[in-house]
Amino acid sequence: MAHHDEDRAHELVELDLEDRPDGPAAAAAFSAGFGIFVLGLLTMLSEVSVSLHDWLERWEFDQGVGPLAGKTTLAAIAWAVSWIVVAALLRKRDVNLKVWFLFSLVLGILGAIGTFPPIFLSFAPE
Amino acid sequence: MELTTREVWTVLHGLVFGTVFLIAFAGGLAGLWSLRPGFLTTAGIRERMRRLYIGTWVMAVTAWVTVISGTWIVYPWYRAKLAASGGDDFAGCAGAALPSRSWSPRDFLLSDVSGTTHSWHEFGMEWKEHVAWASPFLATAVAFIVVYYGPRLVARPWLRAMVLVMFVAAFAAAAIGGAFGAFLNKVAPIV
Repeated sequence: MAHHDEDRAHELVELDLEDRPDGPAAAAAFSAGFGIFVLGLLTMLSEVSVSLHDWLERWEFDQGVGPLAGKTTLAAIAWAVSWIVVAALLRKRDVNLKVWFLFSLVLGILGAIGTFPPIFLSFAPE
Repeated sequence: MELTTREVWTVLHGLVFGTVFLIAFAGGLAGLWSLRPGFLTTAGIRERMRRLYIGTWVMAVTAWVTVISGTWIVYPWYRAKLAASGGDDFAGCAGAALPSRSWSPRDFLLSDVSGTTHSWHEFGMEWKEHVAWASPFLATAVAFIVVYYGPRLVARPWLRAMVLVMFVAAFAAAAIGGAFGAFLNKVAPIV
C-alpha cells in the first residue's frame, strides 16, 4: 500500500521521497511498550517471590545494585530482542498503526503502573 | 573548591546529563509539534529535520547514559547497608543529621533518626529507580522513527501523534527520576 505522502503534504513533492511502510514504526513502539511492561512485571514479581528476587539480584555481579540490576537488564534485553524480532516480521509490511500504537500504549501504561511503589510494594510479604 | 569522586558522579548523573536531556527535549518537542502540512516550506522541512535527527538521538543517548550511570555507579553508594549492628539495621545512624561514609543515604532515610524520612526511600527512590528506565526505551524508539521516516512525518498524523506521545512519556519518566533525585540529594546526599 503506497502512502502518497506528497498528496497530503505538497511541500514534500520536491523532496522526492520513496515510500516507507508503517511496520518499522509499529515495531519500535511495540518494543518500547513491551520493555516497560517487562520492567513493571519483574518489579512486582520480585516482591511476590523471594527466589525471583534473589535471582534478579545475581545480575548485579557484586556491584551492589541489588535486584534492580536484574529487573533493568532483563527489561532492556526484552526491549532489544522484541524490537529485532518484530522489526524483522514487519520490515516491509503496512500495518494498522492505530492498533499497534494503542496496544503498545496499554503495555507501557501497565508496565508503568507496575513500577509505582504503592502498587508493587502491596505485593510484598508483611 | 573540591568535589569527591562520588559528588562528581552525582553531578554528572543528575545535573549535566539531565540538562542535556532537557535541552534536547525542549528543542525536539517544538520541532515535532510543527511537523504539520502547510506549516513549513520544503527548505524549512530540510532544516528542521537536521536538527530533529541530532536532537532526538542526543536525547536517546543521554537517557541511556543517565540510567546506566545512575543504576550502576551512583545507586550502589546510595543503597549500601552500612549501619547495621547487632539486630538493629540502623544502629549506626543514631544521632545522625545527614548521611556519611558510615551510614548510607538509604540507611539514613529508613532509620527516621532525623524526622519522618522513610517515605523518601519507600516512595521517592523506589519509584525513581524503576520508572526512569522507561525513558531510554521510549527515546530510542522516537529517535529511530524520526530518522527512518524523516519528512514523511509531516504527512502521517497517526505516526506523528505516536512519536509525540512517546517523546513526552520519555520526558515524563525522566522528569520523575530527576525531580526525586534532586529532592533525595537534598534530604540525604551521597557523600
